[in-house]
Amino acid sequence: MKKKMTTVEFRGTPEQEAKLLEVIAKYDGVKGKMMPILQEAQDIYGYLPIEVQKIIAEKTETPLEEIYGIATFYSQFKLNPNGEYSVAVCLGTACYVKGSAGVLEEISKELGVEVGSTSSDGKYSLEATRCIGACGLAPVMTINGDVYGRMTKDQVKGILAKYR
Amino acid sequence: MDAVNVKINGKDYAVRKGMTVLEAAREAKIDIPTLCYLKDINEIGACRLCLVEVSEGGKPYRMVTACVYPVSEGMSILTNTPKINAARKTNLELILSNHEKKCLTCVRSTTCELQKLCNEYGVDEDYFGGERKHYELDTSSPAIIRDNNKCILCRRCVAACKTMQGIGVIGANDRGFDTHIGCAFEKDLGDVSCVNCGQCIVACPVGALYERDDTDKVREAIADPSKKVYICTAPSVRAQIGECFGYAPGTDCEPQMVEALKMLGFDGVFDMNLTADLTIIEEANELIGRIQNGGKLPMITSCSPGWIKYCEHYFPDFTDNLSTCKSPQQMFGAVMKTYFAEKEGIDPKDIFFVSAIPCTAKKFEVGRDGQSASGYPDVDVAITTREVGRMIQKAGIDFRALKGTEFDKPFDIGSGAGAIFGATGGVMEAALRYAAEIILGKPLEKPLETPEVRRQNGSDEGYRTASYKVGDMEVRVAVASGTKNAKQLLKDVEAGKLDVHFIEIMCCPGGCVNGGGQPYQPASVRNTVDLRALRAAVLYNDDRNCDIRESQKNAAVMKLYDEYFGKPNSHKAHEVLHTHYVKRGL
Repeated sequence: MKKKMTTVEFRGTPEQEAKLLEVIAKYDGVKGKMMPILQEAQDIYGYLPIEVQKIIAEKTETPLEEIYGIATFYSQFKLNPNGEYSVAVCLGTACYVKGSAGVLEEISKELGVEVGSTSSDGKYSLEATRCIGACGLAPVMTINGDVYGRMTKDQVKGILAKYR
Repeated sequence: MDAVNVKINGKDYAVRKGMTVLEAAREAKIDIPTLCYLKDINEIGACRLCLVEVSEGGKPYRMVTACVYPVSEGMSILTNTPKINAARKTNLELILSNHEKKCLTCVRSTTCELQKLCNEYGVDEDYFGGERKHYELDTSSPAIIRDNNKCILCRRCVAACKTMQGIGVIGANDRGFDTHIGCAFEKDLGDVSCVNCGQCIVACPVGALYERDDTDKVREAIADPSKKVYICTAPSVRAQIGECFGYAPGTDCEPQMVEALKMLGFDGVFDMNLTADLTIIEEANELIGRIQNGGKLPMITSCSPGWIKYCEHYFPDFTDNLSTCKSPQQMFGAVMKTYFAEKEGIDPKDIFFVSAIPCTAKKFEVGRDGQSASGYPDVDVAITTREVGRMIQKAGIDFRALKGTEFDKPFDIGSGAGAIFGATGGVMEAALRYAAEIILGKPLEKPLETPEVRRQNGSDEGYRTASYKVGDMEVRVAVASGTKNAKQLLKDVEAGKLDVHFIEIMCCPGGCVNGGGQPYQPASVRNTVDLRALRAAVLYNDDRNCDIRESQKNAAVMKLYDEYFGKPNSHKAHEVLHTHYVKRGL
């Protein structure tokens, strides 16, 4: 799925940057270094915002676009940070046929957050996931590890109210 | 030659080991269609139009992509079987299924490589229906327009930008059906450090990239009775324009070009070789001044607006090294709206000045700060060779039937030194012809030729250096074309590995003869013909046959100094003919 730009303000610390520079230095001269650098950068920051990609671009003398191209090609890389509350709706086969797409749409409307992005205050992130293995409870939604099964659109508002 | 024996369509050939099937077939004069393949810079086997059947070691035939598959001993290659034709046709239908088929009004209609192949293979344009992507037109750049609805994801533009020019502001974003060519973080082309060189446009096989068309502005000005509309043509336009009308690359069409422009209704058609000469006088004096007075060295040429923007973005510490001279195009406009306007008693606001150039970056240059000597923009519109060709065609002028005529006075004279501006090394050679005379204090017996700084045919890798002893002075110079080579050159200067006085840099590989505004040539030509050499030959031929071969012998330029500027680098000259730069960064 096409990746969404983040609207969350970058809150990187000098410690995180020092760690990132260490990672980049570690891979100096290594062929095919961009994948491990991006993976470790994401471990440090939780996602790969433009500020982080720019540091990597400058230090590795790689065009920013090339890095962005990689970050948007692989689904493992995130352009948005996890929200304080990370909301996920399963779009695996069982959940999907039980109407999880409608639930997802309702949550998106309720939170004002597009699927695949994070609210600009950093409070909520919304993701559509593949099968999470709880097909018996389909359709399933999770919020920070709390599992909500047999979801209907009507329940969305009430559940989200607990996480305000 | 380390050779391998292969069979192509049943016939035996001995070909060089390591060749691809495509190269081997081309040597055997057998054409295999390609779409994404650009020799040396984009060999990725993505479009799958070059499918052929090969059999190795007696095994059954299987399909491979000829552009990346190497030949092997005893290989049998079939390039034209029903199975291959059916596969190629299906691949074309798949490409076409997500391509906006507005061919009637497409700028690339008749020069589109996809259109030509679909025609040859009899492709039904709607064989695969289904979802189609819709993208906004990116019109943010003053020079280049991107229409991703027509993009076929061949990545030739990406290769031109990243691999050839060493810039890389465009690339493939997202994946699968969402894949599209764009800039980092989906910024528009006008908001990234693109230098507007236009090499992506000439690399594009379809109409996904094209220059901002300014021909309507020119037509409107011509139709406006309150405007005096003049045009000047850059050195390389005469060496390219014929290609718009079916002439072979390397045909000099100066007289027909001038006649056609006059027929379009311009009030005067002038030769930009003249302000190339003016640039030389100003620039060489600036150089000598910097050498004698301890100014910033090395000094770097400033004629190429793509190079200027590259320097401002990627090497901002070098902006003080740039000559402050405006480019020949801007000097011409400045002279038109000051000297010429005064002399002819025309209000500069009533002059509409057009420049015809092989360059898309010039469209950005006309809007820069410090490019309006009269208070009005020096140049109103810059149009590429392609746009000039389209204007002539649309006006119903039979270019090939024209007898040809000469440029208009008083700006009809250009020296051989001015002509070679269009080829890499030309500005350097022209400057040296003049500087030698100034340093020695007397004319040379014959015009200086400096083959050391000219392009060696077939190659645009790296940069060239030379050293000339003139009187007591040693002048060390370096020349690069293509921003990738410029980067290497500047890094060597930074590292202290290269110590020279004067550097010529052209943004496009090979110089303006290979500019981003040149007529389209399909990959089948680009991959097999050295276009840069053919077109540059026109300019070097002009130089050899020109009555005057040195800028200082251009009587029209000398008259400008006598009547208006006084002497080179005078206060007046600085006001009108010089400019300043910005440190942009990334």
